[in-house]
Amino acid sequence: MFSFFRKSGGTVLVLLALLLIWQLLHIKVGSGALSSPLATIIKLFEMLSSGELTPHLIETGTALLYALLIAIFGGVALGLLLGVHRLSGNVAEPILLNLYAIPKVTLYPLVLLIFGLGLSAKVAFGVMHGLIPILVFTMNALRQMKPVYMRAARTLHTPLHQMVMHVLLPAILPEVIAGLRLGFSLTLLGVLIGEMFASQRGLGYLITNAMGLGDISTIMAVALLLTVFAVTCNALFMLFDHRLQHK
Amino acid sequence: MKKESWKEGWIRIVVVAGLILLIELLCRFDIIPASVMIPPSQMLVHLKEVLASGKFDQDIRASLINIVSASFGAVILGFLVGLIVHSMPPLRKAIEPLLASYYAVPTFIFYPVFIVLLGVGALPIIAIGVLLAIVTMITATLSGLDRIPRVMRKSAQVFRMRRWKTALYIELPAALPYLFSGVKLAVAYAFIGVIASEFILSGTGIGYAISYAYNNFEMQDMYALMLFVLLLVSAINMVLNVFDRRFQARRQR
Repeated sequence: MFSFFRKSGGTVLVLLALLLIWQLLHIKVGSGALSSPLATIIKLFEMLSSGELTPHLIETGTALLYALLIAIFGGVALGLLLGVHRLSGNVAEPILLNLYAIPKVTLYPLVLLIFGLGLSAKVAFGVMHGLIPILVFTMNALRQMKPVYMRAARTLHTPLHQMVMHVLLPAILPEVIAGLRLGFSLTLLGVLIGEMFASQRGLGYLITNAMGLGDISTIMAVALLLTVFAVTCNALFMLFDHRLQHK
Repeated sequence: MKKESWKEGWIRIVVVAGLILLIELLCRFDIIPASVMIPPSQMLVHLKEVLASGKFDQDIRASLINIVSASFGAVILGFLVGLIVHSMPPLRKAIEPLLASYYAVPTFIFYPVFIVLLGVGALPIIAIGVLLAIVTMITATLSGLDRIPRVMRKSAQVFRMRRWKTALYIELPAALPYLFSGVKLAVAYAFIGVIASEFILSGTGIGYAISYAYNNFEMQDMYALMLFVLLLVSAINMVLNVFDRRFQARRQR
């Protein structure tokens, strides 16, 4: 416990400083403009305990789950294909990076026209955001893998499935995890954007709705919930990555 | 090697052209109905008309000014913050886990708060752009400063160079390739932040114009503007990539 504080005490201090800045801003502009940290936490717990949030949470959670499944499996599979075939990887990489840099919000009318309002549009939006980083990280992991690993496996006449399970996957896993970490955040972002424009349910809708009503305390409560959720998931990915590196 | 990359370039052009042609044909033969998507050639023709008529000039100008301001703001501020954080290792150790999870937070949900703080207009949009772009610049600055070979600083000491001369003639050029990668990403993020904010709550800008056209079923305008954004981002990306490749080549020397 003590070593934990010595190791991340600085981070805790920075977080406390951020809270202090939030509180000071609140004092400066008033609670009509920015609710205080304490009020936001209370509001969040109220929303959670009254069950007001539950249907929205389920809605966003479902969309996020589907989008993540498609983005992860699609991204890793395509990344493996492009990583193995060097020429197609080289051809595809600049195209993919360019797609990644496009503000994908621009394409939301197109997504809506294809998928209609509802769950599928949100999922599609999440996949659009999250798939490419996972793909690119997987592809580069495979390309930069030391050739000696494969050569050693071949010398030992390792059967294909063992080669994949015991050589290939462990070698690229850290990179893939890094890709998943980024892909997860972006998928969440995509789903939320999708909900903000194309939905009557979900946390994104709740935010847009509150924006229309000027209901700052709801916005801050949902934003806090999302921030805590996203940062926690990110920390779990990093922990997992850390475990892998020190195995 | 050189020949190989030429070949790849040609294949890439063929692939992209093929995809565009495929969409064109699908639209022309009504497999993709005109209510979903108009053929790319029509988008281009309409884009030309719209640009010539100056209908969206104001929106385009507003967005570009916001994007340029956000990019400059993020690059300069990010570089300065990176310098300061790099010079204080305890602070850096405290901040680094936060920087790593920064992009997990959907920043633009704080847009309404910025409107309250900075008023309606361009400022909150620029602020979102800066907020989204600044962290890549900080990270790039940190890794650039980390990777200056120690021998370079030592030779500067041997030559008894002054501190500012070392910074200007040795450290900055050595860190430049990494800094430029940061700039490239920062511009992309500024683009995303500005256009997304315009979509959500704004009265001007390309993002606003696209959502307005969508809400009023003006498909021609909508697709022309979408194409405009795609072409603009791709063009900027290509230009930045040319510079980036030069810097990277210098790094490997």
